[in-house]
Amino acid sequence: MSLLPVWHYVVVVALMMLGLYIVIAKPNYVKKLMGLSLFQVSVIMLYVSMGRITGGTAPIYILDDGVPRPFVLYTNPVPHVLMLTAIVVGVATMAVGLSLVVRIREAYGSTEEDVVAELDRREVEEARARETAVPPEAERAAP
Amino acid sequence: METAITMVLFGLLFTTALLVGRQRNLFAATMLTGIFSLVSAGLFTVMEAVDVAFTEAAVGAGVSTVLMLATLSLTEDTERRESKVSWPALIVVLLTGGALIYGTLDMPAFGDANAAVHQPLSRYYIDRAWDEIGLPNMVTSILASYRGADTFGELGVVFVAGISVILLLGHTRAAAAVAQAERDERPSVLSAERHAQVREMPVVRTVAKVMLPYIVLFAFYVQAHGDFGPGGGFQAGVILATAFILFGLVFGPKELTRLVPPQRLERIIPVGPMIYGGVGVVAMLMGGEFLAYGAFTPEHPSHGHHYGIFMVELGVGITVSAVMITIYTTFATRPRTTTPCAVLEPGEQPVPVGLAPEDVPELPEERALPAQEGMS
Amino acid sequence: MTDILHGIGAFFVVVGAVFCVIGGIGVVRLPDFYTRCHGSGLTDSAGAGALLFGLMFFADPLVAVKLFVLVAFLWISSAVSTHSLAKAAFSKGVRIENVPERDWTVPPPAPEEPPPEEPR
Repeated sequence: MSLLPVWHYVVVVALMMLGLYIVIAKPNYVKKLMGLSLFQVSVIMLYVSMGRITGGTAPIYILDDGVPRPFVLYTNPVPHVLMLTAIVVGVATMAVGLSLVVRIREAYGSTEEDVVAELDRREVEEARARETAVPPEAERAAP
Repeated sequence: METAITMVLFGLLFTTALLVGRQRNLFAATMLTGIFSLVSAGLFTVMEAVDVAFTEAAVGAGVSTVLMLATLSLTEDTERRESKVSWPALIVVLLTGGALIYGTLDMPAFGDANAAVHQPLSRYYIDRAWDEIGLPNMVTSILASYRGADTFGELGVVFVAGISVILLLGHTRAAAAVAQAERDERPSVLSAERHAQVREMPVVRTVAKVMLPYIVLFAFYVQAHGDFGPGGGFQAGVILATAFILFGLVFGPKELTRLVPPQRLERIIPVGPMIYGGVGVVAMLMGGEFLAYGAFTPEHPSHGHHYGIFMVELGVGITVSAVMITIYTTFATRPRTTTPCAVLEPGEQPVPVGLAPEDVPELPEERALPAQEGMS
Repeated sequence: MTDILHGIGAFFVVVGAVFCVIGGIGVVRLPDFYTRCHGSGLTDSAGAGALLFGLMFFADPLVAVKLFVLVAFLWISSAVSTHSLAKAAFSKGVRIENVPERDWTVPPPAPEEPPPEEPR
């Protein structure tokens, strides 16, 4: 049960945890998204390193005059296929996340999580204060 | 020897990840994230995952970095306060990491050829892909044919992301007002300033103009060559988008919107899923199942697979390039607001930077809403 | 014959690696922003160029042509990116220490007449 044969998993998990720590602990939204990107890349590395075979070659048939050479050891192509999808999906979600950050900045004036939470809390308190101070109006006619 | 290289690259990755966390200057942190992606692309190449390396280099070190820089130009580029170590987060992370490592202790060693993950599915694909499909690149034949439905879903995700970014950031009234001012040829502050800037950059301008056709050519090469080597629709779409983004970075987003008008580009985005789904439906109409390309040429199924894979990769390339260009254009043409909306009076609009006061569009009449039962 | 080619290729690869290391040391140790730009430009042009040029000797002709095109592209793009980095820093106001600030858009004033030296 030693760590030596699975050292690549240990390193990849360490990278994942670095990314996860940045997502959880840093209050800046853009920094969180960067940590998320680190996390994604290390998860991709986990799968690709799982599919690696020592002495294998890239999963493209080596052709001798149009016929694939027999008895060639190829690395496992299935994790590569899955990870291609994962990378593209990752950049798509990153784009949506970044546009959300831009909208948050425009609405609250800050990209820090604690400032945004504080502004939200103040808005709720003001709304509650307004509700109790002014008697509720009669139903307005719908447009 | 290979293990040594892998270990060195992992060490570089680890250092870069640590630095990303500690950097307060977000511009530097973005560059470090790009370096992280590029080094991991190198690591993928060492692990013989050439397709994944190609995509990671193009997408992670290219488009992702540009999008983050565009976001930083629309928001702030420094983290506000000192980073203190957050002990609850650290404990959670250590516990999770420990549990994950404990879970991987039983797994096969690095590079073990007898690992369970290699049998039986990949054996099936490796043994049968040449006879059934006949393409040298196994990854393309699995991606586009054996697991073509997954790729269809992925294309759907890219499509939805493009639409979401347009919904979140695009079609602003202020951007339309700026475009209208341009069309009516009223001088807009941004364009004069940008014009002066571009005139001052002879080297970058000239070299960008020289390099652009070769980047586009390379994108077409990658699209067509995906069957024979690393490549395919996604990489080609991203590289083509990179050419347009380079143009937009050098000459300004206005020139880019004149080159590819956003309305027309948005109409190109759905073409990819239409082609992909269309190919699947045509396969059904010709007697096979959804996305069973063998039905195109029943006497020679592998030729049908060639046609089907070509068409779906084309669809993927079209949509991915259109989405990436649209996302960049949406970020780049978003007017920068001076005042944050939180400090505005109700009914007041934020004035975008660079827009003359008479061009600020009017808000429509407020519609009265029925009374609500207090805040939830 | 192949051994000679491989030997030349290996020599260029080692030269390229050495340049990369020198460039890396330069980026870390040089005192000023513009000199550090030079260090990173050295890595891209001499280091990567020599490395890829050396790899050309190991590959079959089609791959060698592709590597040559890659070297050309790399040289053009890295030179331009180093230039635009330095230019962006200059227009932001990054200056070299010990050089007095002056108006950089006009040529410097002509030097005055040096005093006549006494013959020794």
